[in-house]
Amino acid sequence: MSTVALIPARMPFADVVRVGGHGLRSRPMRVFLSALGIAIGIAAMVGVMGISASSTYELDRRLSSFGTNLLTVSAEERSRLPDTAVGMIGALPGVESVSAVGRTTARAYRNDHVPTERTGGIVVYAARTDLPTVAGARTVAGSWLTDAHITHPAVVLGWTAAKSLAVHEAGPAQLIWLGGRWFAVVGILAPNDLLTDLDYGAFVGWPVAERDLGFDGSPTTVYARPGQSAVATVQPLLGAAANPENPGEATVSRPSEALRAQLETRQALNALLLGLGAVALLVGGIGVANTMVISVLERRSEIGLRRSLGATRGQIRTQFLAEALLLSLLGGVGGVVLGIGVTAAFAAVQGWAAVVPPWVMAGGVGATLLIGGLAGFYPAMRAARLPPTEALANP
Amino acid sequence: MTGPVVELTGVSKRYGDVLALSDADLRIDHGELLAVVGPSGSGKSTLLHIMGTLDRPTSGTLHIDGYDVGALTDRQLSVLRARTIGFVFQQFHLARGVPAIDIVADGLLYSGRSRGHRRRAAEQALHRVGLDHRMGHLPHQLSGGEQQRVAIARAVLGDPPLLLADEPTGALDSRSGGAVLELLRELNDGGTTVVVITHDRDIAAALPREVRLKDGRIVPEVRQ
Repeated sequence: MSTVALIPARMPFADVVRVGGHGLRSRPMRVFLSALGIAIGIAAMVGVMGISASSTYELDRRLSSFGTNLLTVSAEERSRLPDTAVGMIGALPGVESVSAVGRTTARAYRNDHVPTERTGGIVVYAARTDLPTVAGARTVAGSWLTDAHITHPAVVLGWTAAKSLAVHEAGPAQLIWLGGRWFAVVGILAPNDLLTDLDYGAFVGWPVAERDLGFDGSPTTVYARPGQSAVATVQPLLGAAANPENPGEATVSRPSEALRAQLETRQALNALLLGLGAVALLVGGIGVANTMVISVLERRSEIGLRRSLGATRGQIRTQFLAEALLLSLLGGVGGVVLGIGVTAAFAAVQGWAAVVPPWVMAGGVGATLLIGGLAGFYPAMRAARLPPTEALANP
Repeated sequence: MTGPVVELTGVSKRYGDVLALSDADLRIDHGELLAVVGPSGSGKSTLLHIMGTLDRPTSGTLHIDGYDVGALTDRQLSVLRARTIGFVFQQFHLARGVPAIDIVADGLLYSGRSRGHRRRAAEQALHRVGLDHRMGHLPHQLSGGEQQRVAIARAVLGDPPLLLADEPTGALDSRSGGAVLELLRELNDGGTTVVVITHDRDIAAALPREVRLKDGRIVPEVRQ
């Protein structure tokens, strides 16, 4: 008898979104709270990834400004390198520049009234004038030692040393009590991530140290910069070059490696924080599932009405799945924005550039869609299976 | 059009031990206006659900607009409802916070028509039920009678040949109820087959045909 085939019309995407959003618009408070659960999880994850990326970026920036080709050769505690070390290392093929410091036994104090045992951990070094160019140090106040300073009582302080001596600016009026006489602070160094020892140093000229501070003139640490490609060949030779008689007494290191190792430790911590974010996200997903289950129970008559208007089971399922996805997406986008905010705030406090990789943002939104799909699946199936008569029976 | 729009042959519906509808034979032709009347528990709602393809008979055959309902899948039945049957319920079932025009437009939501088409059709339908001035109103801003007219506009939106009205005046005062019945009459004049399910004998008596139900059985009719 019948001639026309009964094939359901495909619902346009815009209608799927509109119908899915309908349930959300009518219950804004509940939607806000369930989306907030998702948002917190995503914000935590994006924040962790963003802060990690920002710190990596900052570290890379510093590494590239210092260069990764800096090598140091240090004498063991209480021993010294031969006077020839600087010359020998400088003569190695591939080494482009070389400098050195020598630890002295002198102590530095704010003034002559400070008890002698309160050294503040400051070490007084004799330093060569070319140290900043080789070690990548720069001054935040005043300037480094020049040839004009090195025979005079002039000192440059490391960042931490300046802090502990309460010296905030450089100049002829800034005097500290060093080795039993007054030295003028001519410069203060910026903090140095690569060579943290320098932060605790007070640097005086080589000649003045030998003359006034009982310094024997032999270096304790030599800094060498080979060309980038020569690092691997130079590094094994440094010990013997520095101390030919006892090569084992010289410790050779590559500070940028230490910094990288530090970064890896931090990334292990990030994995832990990321795990916590994932747990928060899971809880948020359960919140969405809960909201959707309640929503289906409350809207039995709406489901019945839609079935009577001609909705197929599939269309009902799609509606509730779309609703769950929209709900999670709302939380996901909110969470990504929140996470970027957290990263920006943290980076601003640290003085870094804020970096949130695009894949983290995309991943955050993608994760919420996955969560929304999982959380909405069961409620949507239930809604679709509801017999239309039962749905219409309860107004 | 020719042939019956609804034809039940020996239809029974059993819920567990309860026989809600027993061996019902009923033929409704195109263009009829009739009442299905009976006290509560007489099987009216069951009959409505079966005629509306919201529920399937336990036994017997049902044809709607020429389609053998028993041979159709749930998907196909959904399409049949979308194209052929309009429903009006006692509780209106209007979505809160949605303007009248959009509620009515949803009558064609599952028909595959564009949103623009649906809204234009909704405007015409609201005009048809005399609610031109209420297009943007929300359900709670409308009287009960107006809400039921919105529901009727939604039900007739794609001109379905069959309109099933379940106690359409049950939640209304007599004046609004009268206006709603008048509207159903007008729709019938326009060619729609209208079935009014009611427990109210006065309403039933006012319609051209009356199908009486008692204890799940159709009482033999006396044609007027």
